[in-house]
Amino acid sequence: MKVLLQHVAHARSGDKGNTSNIAVFAYEPEFYPLLKAQLTAERFKAFYRGAIQGEVVRHEVDNIEALNFVCQGALGGGVSRSLCLDNYGKALSAAVLGFELEVPEALASRLHGRHLL
Amino acid sequence: MTKTLRIGSGAAWWGDRVEPAALNAERGELDYLCFETMAEATVSAAQVRMRRDPGFPGYDTYLDDRMRAVLPACMRNGTRIVSNQGWVNPVAAAKRIVELLQELGIHGVKVAAVGGSLITERVLGLADTILETGAPTAGLASTLISAEAYQGAEPIVEALRSGARIVVTGRVADPSIFMAPMMFEFGWDPLDHAKLGAGNGIGHLMECGAQVTGGYFSDPGFKDVPEPWNFGFPIAEVEANGDVVITKVAGTGGAVTLRTVKEQMLYEVHDPANYITPDAVVDFTSARLEQVGPDRVRVTGLTGKPRTPTLKVSIGCTEGYIGEDMFFYAGPGALRRAQLAKKVLEERFRIVRLDAEDLRIDFLGLNAIHGDATPADAPEPYEIAVRVAARTRTREEAVKVGREVDGMAVSGIAHTGKRVPHQDRFREVIGVWSALVPRECITPTVDYFES
Repeated sequence: MKVLLQHVAHARSGDKGNTSNIAVFAYEPEFYPLLKAQLTAERFKAFYRGAIQGEVVRHEVDNIEALNFVCQGALGGGVSRSLCLDNYGKALSAAVLGFELEVPEALASRLHGRHLL
Repeated sequence: MTKTLRIGSGAAWWGDRVEPAALNAERGELDYLCFETMAEATVSAAQVRMRRDPGFPGYDTYLDDRMRAVLPACMRNGTRIVSNQGWVNPVAAAKRIVELLQELGIHGVKVAAVGGSLITERVLGLADTILETGAPTAGLASTLISAEAYQGAEPIVEALRSGARIVVTGRVADPSIFMAPMMFEFGWDPLDHAKLGAGNGIGHLMECGAQVTGGYFSDPGFKDVPEPWNFGFPIAEVEANGDVVITKVAGTGGAVTLRTVKEQMLYEVHDPANYITPDAVVDFTSARLEQVGPDRVRVTGLTGKPRTPTLKVSIGCTEGYIGEDMFFYAGPGALRRAQLAKKVLEERFRIVRLDAEDLRIDFLGLNAIHGDATPADAPEPYEIAVRVAARTRTREEAVKVGREVDGMAVSGIAHTGKRVPHQDRFREVIGVWSALVPRECITPTVDYFES
């Protein structure tokens, strides 16, 4: 079944200069391999389109079942130079919650926020 | 020392709430209360303000509020304070804290000021290259406002060792503020990178305050936490081997869970195996997390690698101005009117020859936050704010943004909602760059005062 990432993982973004790191955390250990296989750095960058101007590097953080996407050129030149209202990019992490993920039916009962599916 | 050290957070940034700091001071049973109040551009902004306003003392504008809220309980409970509220003038901050102590009738308390971070006059000679661009720092000479090195925990430890009950600093790396008490109390060696790595890993979990106790976290239906209007700031119960339990005062809102701790662990982190701090390179990838009770998460296995030979320097420069304003549409056809308004503004900016380095006209409610990442099939909103912003070299150009939005009042299109301008619609830009300097070029200063 196809579901939005928000049922599988949670996310947080942070800023350093013009680079945003968007970390994605599996809600359950069995979701982590799905994220690893499907949410590649290339797909992540393509999903954000022009909002990420530079390179995206993905760090796999197995001990906490998380992927950390380090996104260069995502903050309009940096917090103080950015023309975006959200100049820290604190809301940037919310976009990836809309990424579509293929999840085996067997895991359907483990999805989070099922009433919002 | 074999006891568990209790270190609490008092602030995660300049604008943070004060009540949770007071609560931690009163009920946290803390050995240390630590405050982080500086952002990347704080020092440069303070320098600009000092130039214009000779009365500005150069330290945290909320110093009085924060200290008045926590000093009585901290001094009564034997809680020491470490804080970076000194900004560009830690000596003045320390003197002010002494005055506040005296007002409260608290005498004989030693207060230390840690300085030595400011290297504005020397930076272009010490640092060759801008990290972000690879360009020579020499190009910043004409616009330089301020440069400060991120110092580590060592000068704070020296102050504690000399008997200071309160240590107020200028620029120090955020995690080091929380790690210094561990180094001092447990006698950790400055070159014990495994312990210092663990300590700064804990410091990193603590430095953003409520972000580890349920703040910047609630997502209704997915990640709910109790009473998200009443967060407690975190408390770290640290053991001498660098293991820790992250918790908070009972009865406060929010939560400390595996999820809140994981999110904070990677906040503003790039390579989680190599998180560079002045004291050690932190490795988060060996950490193990365990929920050991309600609002209690135990973190073990944090470690580190040897510190780098350099310290990071933040360099603040004047970089022109940003002009911005917004106006509003609602009801059926709101998006069509907003699109025409955007076209009108683009034409007007051509007519008045707006000279901008960057220009954005967004539809707040549709694409102002996520920009190009907004899905193509996002539903049309009922209400839209047209938000326009331009970055310019001169103030005269930035002012054009507000002046052209003024024109939308009677010369705009149907159903334009607009505010009467009641404040400046332009601001100065302080750009921040980074560079590295050899660590031996930075000499900390520690001055002592007593109430």
